[in-house]
Amino acid sequence: MRKIIPEFNKGLLKENPVLVLALGLCPTLAVSVSAINAIGMGAAATFVLFGSNIIVSSLRKVIPDKIRIPCFIVVIATFVTIVEMLLKAYFPALNKSLGIFVPLIVVNCIVLGRAEAFASKRNILHSAFDALGMGCGFTLALLIISSIREILGAGKIFGFVLIKGYEPASVMILAPGALLTLGFVIAFMKLKSSNKG
Amino acid sequence: MDLGRLIMIIISMVFINNFILSKFLGMCPFIGVSRETKPAISMGIAVTFVMAASSVITWLLYNYVLIPFEITYLRTITFILVIAAFVQFVEMVIRKVSVALYRALGIYLPLITTNCAILGVTLLNTNEFFKDNHAVAGSFLLGLAQSVFAGLGFTLALILMSAIRERLDLLDIPESMKGIPIAFVVASLMSLAFMGFGGFRF
Amino acid sequence: MDNLIVSTSPHIHRKESVSYIMWAVVIALIPSGIAGVWIFGIGALWVMLAGVFSALLFEALICRLRGKKVSILDASAILTGLLLSYNLPANVPLWLPVVGSFVAIAVAKQAFGGLGRNIFNPALVGRAFLLAAWPTYMTTFIKPYDSITAATPLALLKEGKALNLGQMNLSYFDFLTGGRGGCIGEVCIVALLIGALYLWVRKIISLHAPFAFITIVALLSWIFSGEALFKGDFIFAVLSGGLILGAFFMATDYVTTPLTAKGQFIFGLGCGLLTFVIRKWGGYPEGVSYSILIMNAFVPLIDRFVRPKRYSP
Repeated sequence: MRKIIPEFNKGLLKENPVLVLALGLCPTLAVSVSAINAIGMGAAATFVLFGSNIIVSSLRKVIPDKIRIPCFIVVIATFVTIVEMLLKAYFPALNKSLGIFVPLIVVNCIVLGRAEAFASKRNILHSAFDALGMGCGFTLALLIISSIREILGAGKIFGFVLIKGYEPASVMILAPGALLTLGFVIAFMKLKSSNKG
Repeated sequence: MDLGRLIMIIISMVFINNFILSKFLGMCPFIGVSRETKPAISMGIAVTFVMAASSVITWLLYNYVLIPFEITYLRTITFILVIAAFVQFVEMVIRKVSVALYRALGIYLPLITTNCAILGVTLLNTNEFFKDNHAVAGSFLLGLAQSVFAGLGFTLALILMSAIRERLDLLDIPESMKGIPIAFVVASLMSLAFMGFGGFRF
Repeated sequence: MDNLIVSTSPHIHRKESVSYIMWAVVIALIPSGIAGVWIFGIGALWVMLAGVFSALLFEALICRLRGKKVSILDASAILTGLLLSYNLPANVPLWLPVVGSFVAIAVAKQAFGGLGRNIFNPALVGRAFLLAAWPTYMTTFIKPYDSITAATPLALLKEGKALNLGQMNLSYFDFLTGGRGGCIGEVCIVALLIGALYLWVRKIISLHAPFAFITIVALLSWIFSGEALFKGDFIFAVLSGGLILGAFFMATDYVTTPLTAKGQFIFGLGCGLLTFVIRKWGGYPEGVSYSILIMNAFVPLIDRFVRPKRYSP
């Protein structure tokens, strides 16, 4: 257990896929309009990460090295298709607001990156915890950015009105607000880590 | 497809719904390959070409294979494999045909497979230009135009960004803002400026 | 080492210091500000004061936080706050210019490292942010010498409520003296021209960008904005919006426009073309500030391709 916990923890902050490694930026910007969307996207991506990491890890000795990337893509795309169908069947509203960013999990660099850099070299248990850690880190980053945007841009959090009388700056839930928030959150993370080091 | 519709698509894909600044597709190369202008131009051309070609291939595949066999739920997996295979093929052809071209464009091709702008535009095309599993009128050309100008909009944003970052590299911007953060702030302000085209009607 | 100034090439030496230029522009803007208060009442003064003082405050605060020398006396923050408030309606709540100043100073200027490093005009970034964030406040104007709301001439035109000066009950004279709805600092054309003349005589601004900007807007409006080709009211197009303010005071900013005369001319052409396109087919009635912002993004590219001539024997 002592070796597994760090695999989970590193994804949360120290190697946060979005805020430190700058991966998976497109969905982060696009779906961080509201905290609900963030949770939905985070869960979907975590599911795909978890599934693909386990399969890739268990097949790591079978997959030929030369065609490993196409093989990873097939595995990932299969899980993405499963997520697409599940969302369509059980969460149609969420599916609609996430739009094409659900199928686009296929090309999310976090998923392919973890398959290539971690799962293809480590055992199943480690890979599973790595996937959960990275997935939670991704969700956490989404949640931070979407909370800032939803509070400033709509005066709400999870759809509940936060402060009465606050006149929301609607630009924050538009495209410029997304880019601005992500830029300053990454700058803040850099500032924090440079202060420590 | 008349001229007015074409102009609307151009303004929309280049300014209003710019893939990077408004739809957030293709952020990774936008941040990664925007440090200098020359590679940015090459990357832009390569992306535009692959986008246009992919939209043609996936449209044919969707219309003549996936819909007739009623397997549209395999759209994601088919499209990504086709795009990956196509990019691989183009890379091989370029390497054989011209070393100079390979040096200028070829080295960016492997990065393009996992560029969500490519898969994104093909998914958008099938979402927008197919209704109830039937191609809408002018579907093929609309999709092609959308892909080409989305690619050009991507290229424009990439080139502007690279020129700006070349200038910023010479200035002493705050340590914590250097690199990715300032690139996002610049992108945000560009996106704010491009909002001036909101509500465009030709 | 603290005295070293890092800037992009070419390193053109002028005897004027930065603060000399900034103060001159502030002075040149004063007539238009007085006219704005005269036309829209004391409320306009409060908006201007809120903009200027909050800009100074944020500048000092952020410089202190970054451990840099506080340089508020170079007047650049005053200029930013003033230009921002000139681009606001006179009846906005006072927290609006404060938020605008914060965005202008913190995001558009200090995030890039402060004066001389920003890519986009800070005042215009502030304005564009406010317009996207609180569109209702930003598009509700008051009638001159009155406190009832009134639309700007360009908005009337865009919405099709009035198609010419007669239907708007306005004359060219009203445009020159500022007797129309609009932002605080954009309405009184005479006052703006006095300021521009002052800057030109003192050789603070060159006229390449303003000339190209205004000419292109006039030309395109004359050709395409009328009932038939070559029937457009180009005097209306030049005087009715924020064109004069933008062309002389923001398209001539030292930091965010090209270095060479040729580059400035191209910059002006681009601004003019974009302004016309946005006015004619865009969703917003006025496009001056957006077109300057868009062209700001092109400046490094323009400077890259239009280099100053090298002196070599």
